[in-house]
Amino acid sequence: MAPAPEIGVAINSDQDIVLARQKGRAKAVELGFSSGDATLIATAISELARNIVAYAGKGRITLKVVNGLNRQGISVVASDDGPGIPDIRQALRDGFSTSGSLGLGLPGVRRLMDEFEITSQPGRGTTVVVKKWRP
Amino acid sequence: MEVPILKQGQYLIATFQAALSDADLNQLRSGLVQQVVKLRSRGVIVDVTAMDVMDSFASRTLREIAHMIRLRGAVTVIVGIQPEVAFAMVQLGLTLEDVATALDLEEGLAYLNQKFKNTH
Repeated sequence: MAPAPEIGVAINSDQDIVLARQKGRAKAVELGFSSGDATLIATAISELARNIVAYAGKGRITLKVVNGLNRQGISVVASDDGPGIPDIRQALRDGFSTSGSLGLGLPGVRRLMDEFEITSQPGRGTTVVVKKWRP
Repeated sequence: MEVPILKQGQYLIATFQAALSDADLNQLRSGLVQQVVKLRSRGVIVDVTAMDVMDSFASRTLREIAHMIRLRGAVTVIVGIQPEVAFAMVQLGLTLEDVATALDLEEGLAYLNQKFKNTH
Protein backbone atom coordinates (compact mmCIF):
# COMPACT_ATOMS: atom_id res chain seq x y z
CA MET A 1 0.00 0.00 0.00
CA ALA A 2 1.33 3.43 -0.88
CA PRO A 3 1.96 5.65 2.12
CA ALA A 4 -0.49 8.45 2.81
CA PRO A 5 0.55 11.33 0.54
CA GLU A 6 -0.23 14.01 3.06
CA ILE A 7 -0.34 14.36 6.83
CA GLY A 8 -1.88 17.38 8.50
CA VAL A 9 -1.39 18.41 12.10
CA ALA A 10 -3.46 21.20 13.59
CA ILE A 11 -1.29 23.48 15.71
CA ASN A 12 -3.23 24.98 18.61
CA SER A 13 -0.88 24.68 21.57
CA ASP A 14 2.65 23.84 22.59
CA GLN A 15 1.66 20.16 22.86
CA ASP A 16 0.95 20.14 19.13
CA ILE A 17 4.51 21.30 18.43
CA VAL A 18 5.80 18.01 19.84
CA LEU A 19 3.19 16.01 17.93
CA ALA A 20 3.99 17.72 14.62
CA ARG A 21 7.72 17.15 14.89
CA GLN A 22 7.25 13.52 15.89
CA LYS A 23 5.03 12.92 12.86
CA GLY A 24 7.57 14.71 10.69
CA ARG A 25 10.40 12.55 11.95
CA ALA A 26 8.40 9.37 11.42
CA LYS A 27 7.52 10.45 7.88
CA ALA A 28 11.13 11.34 7.10
CA VAL A 29 12.37 7.97 8.34
CA GLU A 30 9.64 6.23 6.34
CA LEU A 31 10.87 8.06 3.22
CA GLY A 32 14.37 6.76 3.80
CA PHE A 33 16.02 9.82 5.30
CA SER A 34 18.90 9.13 7.66
CA SER A 35 18.23 9.59 11.32
CA GLY A 36 20.43 12.72 11.27
CA ASP A 37 18.39 14.28 8.47
CA ALA A 38 15.18 13.26 10.22
CA THR A 39 16.38 15.20 13.27
CA LEU A 40 17.06 18.28 11.10
CA ILE A 41 13.55 18.02 9.64
CA ALA A 42 11.98 17.50 13.07
CA THR A 43 13.87 20.52 14.41
CA ALA A 44 12.70 22.69 11.50
CA ILE A 45 9.10 21.58 12.12
CA SER A 46 9.46 22.39 15.80
CA GLU A 47 10.57 25.96 15.01
CA LEU A 48 7.88 26.50 12.38
CA ALA A 49 5.15 25.18 14.66
CA ARG A 50 6.52 27.34 17.46
CA ASN A 51 6.22 30.43 15.27
CA ILE A 52 2.58 29.54 14.62
CA VAL A 53 1.83 29.25 18.35
CA ALA A 54 3.82 32.39 19.22
CA TYR A 55 2.60 34.73 16.48
CA ALA A 56 -0.70 33.39 15.16
CA GLY A 57 -2.01 31.27 18.04
CA LYS A 58 -3.14 28.52 15.72
CA GLY A 59 -2.46 27.12 12.31
CA ARG A 60 -1.47 23.97 10.55
CA ILE A 61 1.56 21.91 9.63
CA THR A 62 1.18 19.76 6.53
CA LEU A 63 3.72 17.13 5.57
CA LYS A 64 3.90 15.98 1.97
CA VAL A 65 6.00 13.67 -0.09
CA VAL A 66 7.49 15.53 -3.05
CA ASN A 67 8.92 13.99 -6.17
CA GLY A 68 11.67 15.65 -8.18
CA LEU A 69 13.20 14.47 -11.42
CA ASN A 70 15.26 11.66 -9.91
CA ARG A 71 14.67 12.25 -6.31
CA GLN A 72 12.19 12.20 -3.53
CA GLY A 73 11.87 14.50 -0.60
CA ILE A 74 9.61 15.85 2.08
CA SER A 75 7.89 19.18 2.13
CA VAL A 76 6.63 20.87 5.25
CA VAL A 77 4.00 23.56 4.93
CA ALA A 78 3.39 25.76 7.96
CA SER A 79 0.39 27.98 7.49
CA ASP A 80 -1.62 30.28 9.68
CA ASP A 81 -4.18 33.06 9.43
CA GLY A 82 -2.33 35.20 11.91
CA PRO A 83 -1.17 38.81 11.73
CA GLY A 84 1.39 38.12 9.01
CA ILE A 85 4.91 39.44 8.78
CA PRO A 86 5.19 43.08 7.73
CA ASP A 87 8.88 42.87 6.77
CA ILE A 88 9.93 39.42 5.59
CA ARG A 89 13.50 40.43 4.85
CA GLN A 90 13.90 41.59 8.42
CA ALA A 91 12.33 38.37 9.74
CA LEU A 92 14.88 36.35 7.79
CA ARG A 93 17.81 38.11 9.39
CA ASP A 94 19.60 36.27 12.18
CA GLY A 95 18.83 37.68 15.57
CA PHE A 96 15.54 39.32 14.68
CA SER A 97 12.47 38.52 16.74
CA THR A 98 9.36 40.28 17.92
CA SER A 99 7.95 37.68 20.30
CA GLY A 100 10.81 37.65 22.77
CA SER A 101 12.05 34.31 21.50
CA LEU A 102 15.61 33.79 20.38
CA GLY A 103 14.94 35.26 16.97
CA LEU A 104 16.70 32.42 15.23
CA GLY A 105 13.59 30.78 13.95
CA LEU A 106 13.34 31.51 10.24
CA PRO A 107 17.00 31.89 9.25
CA GLY A 108 17.77 28.79 11.29
CA VAL A 109 15.01 26.80 9.61
CA ARG A 110 16.36 27.90 6.25
CA ARG A 111 19.76 26.44 7.13
CA LEU A 112 18.24 23.15 8.30
CA MET A 113 16.40 22.52 5.04
CA ASP A 114 17.25 22.53 1.30
CA GLU A 115 14.51 24.83 0.07
CA PHE A 116 12.67 27.62 1.80
CA GLU A 117 9.78 29.78 0.65
CA ILE A 118 7.73 32.23 2.60
CA THR A 119 4.65 34.22 1.71
CA SER A 120 2.98 36.52 4.14
CA GLN A 121 0.33 39.17 3.98
CA PRO A 122 -0.13 41.52 6.88
CA GLY A 123 -3.51 40.76 8.46
CA ARG A 124 -3.96 37.63 6.34
CA GLY A 125 -1.43 35.15 7.60
CA THR A 126 1.82 33.46 6.77
CA THR A 127 2.75 30.33 4.85
CA VAL A 128 6.21 28.84 4.99
CA VAL A 129 7.10 25.95 2.70
CA VAL A 130 10.34 24.09 3.30
CA LYS A 131 11.69 21.03 1.53
CA LYS A 132 14.43 18.57 2.08
CA TRP A 133 15.59 16.15 -0.60
CA ARG A 134 16.82 12.70 0.17
CA PRO A 135 20.47 12.45 -0.79
CA MET B 1 5.13 14.61 31.01
CA GLU B 2 6.83 15.68 34.20
CA VAL B 3 10.58 15.24 34.54
CA PRO B 4 11.53 13.33 37.69
CA ILE B 5 14.15 15.02 39.87
CA LEU B 6 16.36 12.67 41.85
CA LYS B 7 18.46 13.65 44.84
CA GLN B 8 21.93 12.15 44.91
CA GLY B 9 23.91 13.50 47.86
CA GLN B 10 24.66 17.16 47.18
CA TYR B 11 23.48 16.84 43.63
CA LEU B 12 20.16 16.77 41.82
CA ILE B 13 19.64 14.72 38.69
CA ALA B 14 16.78 15.48 36.29
CA THR B 15 16.33 12.96 33.51
CA PHE B 16 14.13 13.65 30.50
CA GLN B 17 12.02 10.59 29.81
CA ALA B 18 10.69 11.63 26.43
CA ALA B 19 10.12 14.61 24.21
CA LEU B 20 8.99 17.55 26.32
CA SER B 21 6.46 20.25 25.58
CA ASP B 22 7.11 23.89 26.46
CA ALA B 23 4.89 23.52 29.52
CA ASP B 24 6.94 20.53 30.71
CA LEU B 25 10.15 22.51 30.27
CA ASN B 26 8.77 25.45 32.23
CA GLN B 27 7.69 23.09 34.97
CA LEU B 28 11.15 21.54 35.06
CA ARG B 29 12.69 25.00 35.37
CA SER B 30 10.63 26.01 38.37
CA GLY B 31 10.83 22.53 39.94
CA LEU B 32 14.60 22.36 39.70
CA VAL B 33 15.21 25.83 41.05
CA GLN B 34 12.86 25.17 43.97
CA GLN B 35 14.59 21.89 44.79
CA VAL B 36 18.04 23.47 44.62
CA VAL B 37 16.91 26.05 47.15
CA LYS B 38 15.14 23.56 49.40
CA LEU B 39 17.84 20.91 49.43
CA ARG B 40 20.80 23.32 49.26
CA SER B 41 22.18 21.33 46.34
CA ARG B 42 25.63 22.14 45.01
CA GLY B 43 25.24 20.65 41.58
CA VAL B 44 22.53 19.78 39.07
CA ILE B 45 22.71 17.35 36.18
CA VAL B 46 20.10 17.58 33.45
CA ASP B 47 20.14 14.43 31.34
CA VAL B 48 18.67 15.14 27.90
CA THR B 49 19.57 11.82 26.27
CA ALA B 50 15.88 11.17 25.48
CA MET B 51 15.33 14.63 23.98
CA ASP B 52 14.34 14.21 20.31
CA VAL B 53 14.80 17.82 19.29
CA MET B 54 16.47 20.78 20.91
CA ASP B 55 14.81 23.81 19.42
CA SER B 56 15.19 27.47 20.36
CA PHE B 57 12.75 27.24 23.25
CA ALA B 58 14.29 24.14 24.82
CA SER B 59 17.77 25.52 24.49
CA ARG B 60 16.77 28.87 25.96
CA THR B 61 15.03 27.15 28.88
CA LEU B 62 18.09 25.03 29.64
CA ARG B 63 20.25 28.15 29.64
CA GLU B 64 17.83 29.89 31.95
CA ILE B 65 17.86 26.91 34.30
CA ALA B 66 21.67 26.93 34.39
CA HIS B 67 21.81 30.68 34.98
CA MET B 68 19.21 30.66 37.75
CA ILE B 69 20.96 27.79 39.48
CA ARG B 70 24.30 29.57 39.18
CA LEU B 71 22.78 32.55 40.97
CA ARG B 72 22.10 30.16 43.82
CA GLY B 73 25.77 29.27 43.86
CA ALA B 74 25.28 25.83 42.37
CA VAL B 75 26.53 24.35 39.09
CA THR B 76 24.49 22.81 36.27
CA VAL B 77 25.76 20.28 33.75
CA ILE B 78 23.72 19.27 30.71
CA VAL B 79 24.52 15.71 29.69
CA GLY B 80 23.54 13.39 26.87
CA ILE B 81 22.95 15.73 23.93
CA GLN B 82 22.81 13.26 21.06
CA PRO B 83 25.17 13.84 18.10
CA GLU B 84 22.28 14.39 15.69
CA VAL B 85 20.62 16.83 18.05
CA ALA B 86 23.92 18.69 18.46
CA PHE B 87 24.29 18.89 14.67
CA ALA B 88 20.77 20.30 14.27
CA MET B 89 21.38 22.80 17.09
CA VAL B 90 24.48 24.16 15.40
CA GLN B 91 22.69 24.43 12.04
CA LEU B 92 19.86 26.26 13.71
CA GLY B 93 22.34 28.62 15.34
CA LEU B 94 21.74 27.55 18.92
CA THR B 95 24.48 27.50 21.49
CA LEU B 96 24.45 26.65 25.15
CA GLU B 97 27.15 29.20 25.86
CA ASP B 98 28.25 29.46 29.50
CA VAL B 99 26.54 26.16 30.30
CA ALA B 100 28.66 23.14 31.16
CA THR B 101 27.99 20.02 29.11
CA ALA B 102 29.26 16.48 29.42
CA LEU B 103 28.96 13.30 27.41
CA ASP B 104 26.77 11.34 29.78
CA LEU B 105 25.65 11.02 33.39
CA GLU B 106 28.93 9.48 34.49
CA GLU B 107 31.00 12.28 32.96
CA GLY B 108 28.61 14.83 34.40
CA LEU B 109 29.09 13.44 37.90
CA ALA B 110 32.85 13.39 37.37
CA TYR B 111 32.70 17.06 36.33
CA LEU B 112 30.81 18.04 39.47
CA ASN B 113 33.04 15.95 41.73
CA GLN B 114 36.09 17.61 40.21
CA LYS B 115 34.51 21.02 40.74
CA PHE B 116 33.75 20.34 44.39
CA LYS B 117 36.70 18.12 45.23
CA ASN B 118 38.06 20.57 47.77
CA THR B 119 34.85 20.68 49.73
CA HIS B 120 34.35 17.00 50.45
